[in-house]
Amino acid sequence: MAAEQALTVLVAEDGAADRLLLAQIVRRQGHQVFTAENGEQAVALFVEQRPQLVLLDALMPVMDGFEAARQIKALAGETLVPIIFLTSLNEEDALVRCLEAGGDDFMAKPYSAVILAAKIRAMGRLRRLQATVLAQRDEITRHHHHLLNEQRVAKAVFDKVAHAGCLAAPNIRYLQSPYALFNGDLLLAAFTPSGDMQVLLGDFTGHGLPAAVGAMPLAEVFYGMTAKGYGLAQTLREMNAKLKRILPVDMFCCAVMLNLSVQRGSVEVWNGGMPDGYRLSAGGEVLSTLASRHLPLGILAPERFDDSTQVLPLAAGERLLLLSDGVLDTADDLERLFGVERLQGVLAGNRDPAHLFDEVMQALERFGGQPRDDISLCDIRMFAADERVPAPMIYAERGRPSPLDWSLGFELRGESLKQSNPVPYLVQLLQEIHPLRSRTGSLHSVLSELFSNALEHGVLGLDSRLKRDVQGFADYYRERAQRLAALADGFVRIDLKVEPHAEGGRLMIEVRDSGAGFDVQRVLSQPPSEQGLSGRGLQLITRLGSNAQWCEGGRCARVEFVW
Amino acid sequence: MTEIHIDHKVLNDLREVMEDGYLHLVQTFLDDSERRLSELHAAKNADELGSAAHSFKGSSSNMGAVALAGLCQQLEDRVRQPPLYGIEDLINRIDLEYVEVRRFYRGEEHRISAG
Repeated sequence: MAAEQALTVLVAEDGAADRLLLAQIVRRQGHQVFTAENGEQAVALFVEQRPQLVLLDALMPVMDGFEAARQIKALAGETLVPIIFLTSLNEEDALVRCLEAGGDDFMAKPYSAVILAAKIRAMGRLRRLQATVLAQRDEITRHHHHLLNEQRVAKAVFDKVAHAGCLAAPNIRYLQSPYALFNGDLLLAAFTPSGDMQVLLGDFTGHGLPAAVGAMPLAEVFYGMTAKGYGLAQTLREMNAKLKRILPVDMFCCAVMLNLSVQRGSVEVWNGGMPDGYRLSAGGEVLSTLASRHLPLGILAPERFDDSTQVLPLAAGERLLLLSDGVLDTADDLERLFGVERLQGVLAGNRDPAHLFDEVMQALERFGGQPRDDISLCDIRMFAADERVPAPMIYAERGRPSPLDWSLGFELRGESLKQSNPVPYLVQLLQEIHPLRSRTGSLHSVLSELFSNALEHGVLGLDSRLKRDVQGFADYYRERAQRLAALADGFVRIDLKVEPHAEGGRLMIEVRDSGAGFDVQRVLSQPPSEQGLSGRGLQLITRLGSNAQWCEGGRCARVEFVW
Repeated sequence: MTEIHIDHKVLNDLREVMEDGYLHLVQTFLDDSERRLSELHAAKNADELGSAAHSFKGSSSNMGAVALAGLCQQLEDRVRQPPLYGIEDLINRIDLEYVEVRRFYRGEEHRISAG
């Protein structure tokens, strides 16, 4: 007999001769035998020796085999300890009692060594099968715990990256399941140096770890580029290229990305594959939908990627509602989907936009009974200029400060004007001036305004008065895109000059353009109320720079920062 | 002559299985059987009688005592169908049959002890 098939066997039989015979038969088959004279002894021996198989006489004094079988099965728990009843009982109901007490087989007297050996082998197989099943179940449980633990760690790391931004800002309200990461949902928000808020709601294909792996690089690009002041187009381009490079072909990321600019009173939108978002008035009416106009991120090669955005006016108190398809795909008991129409019903029924978020959640709960775990919902209220709280920009110290006596000329022409935004690069460069670091936001705002004024009003000749009303706003940005596409020549030149001054130093910024110039005195003398959605830029520049002036007939702007 | 009392096929199996323990088995069986017989005679009700008959049937059959096991089976069956009128006769036949079985196994004891 092979060693692995040798069992420990408990023989419980009250007849001394029968016990002797049975023990000898079993022992001769290579097993180890314990003997008991009654049920009580059998149970005690079982507790003590934990035998793997039990041969049990049905009728015994003190405690019969039925009771002993019940106790032994209870003690064995989930381990299968086969019990073979030894009985010459021939009434049906007695055999039934044996089975009901937990017996697995019967053996009649006179004992046959051959039959007993076959039965023990069969029970041994059953026992090993059960042990295998239990071991596999335990292994699955271990793997599951392991997986959950890995997810916890991954989530903790990811939360550090994903929540580095301003999701906690008072104008954002959002809902994401605790394990949204593993549903592929991703919500990011951060301020640019000049105080614009950028928000991204993404939804990776798939579930579990594969859906989560793309989130980390996406978040890194989002935060890195937002902090440096890159706008939607460049950031989206970079994210698309990165995801295209690292994700397998069947994986991509639907995303809607926003830039909320208090400065311009506008929101810039790019939606690739996400459900419609909604732009809502302060009174809760739907002003427009933010529909998907692009393929998701990670599908198109960089040269085919379309980074064109929509710019819409957004005044303080107006809101944006973003959602993942988990909201629309919430199903009720009959597998019907919540859908766009029901969502629009909730929007139409809303009287106070501050309660809209809760009303959507309640509608989902009423509809679906139990909410899904992959719902992402985000409500963003346009903040007023005086309530924004930009996250502090922290730059790592890198060695000694550079000598502060240098100048730099930077000119963008033709194709470069269409493609590049030099502002983040220049702001990075100006970080070398340590005393100016605390004013990075102002620097970024001023440079952005000067550059976009030079490009839009100078080179492209757009009239900012167009932006006086909502329709004009749309016209303005459509016109901007058309003229930029048609641009053949023209330039924007930026000169930076840094020099020691008194105890500190001075930064002079000059931005020139190839445009027709403008009547500086007239624009600056207008009261801000008449400037409406236009002309805020000049006021801002005058407020933030140390000394702002326009010369060369409005074709050159000069701003100083002194420390 | 012993064929009607003892099944020799069972007996041969017993000798083979028990090896050196055969003598001990025989002695144990004889001691055990005396106790079973006393129980049969001392039984005060049908249940006790049935239980003793059942046990005796089991050990007899294991020892190849086919006729004895058969009588015990008859007794076990009879006990389930009262009245127990005439049952003493069956018990007497069991006594007589056991005498034959005991004679045979005493012989086995002597044979083996004599070596």
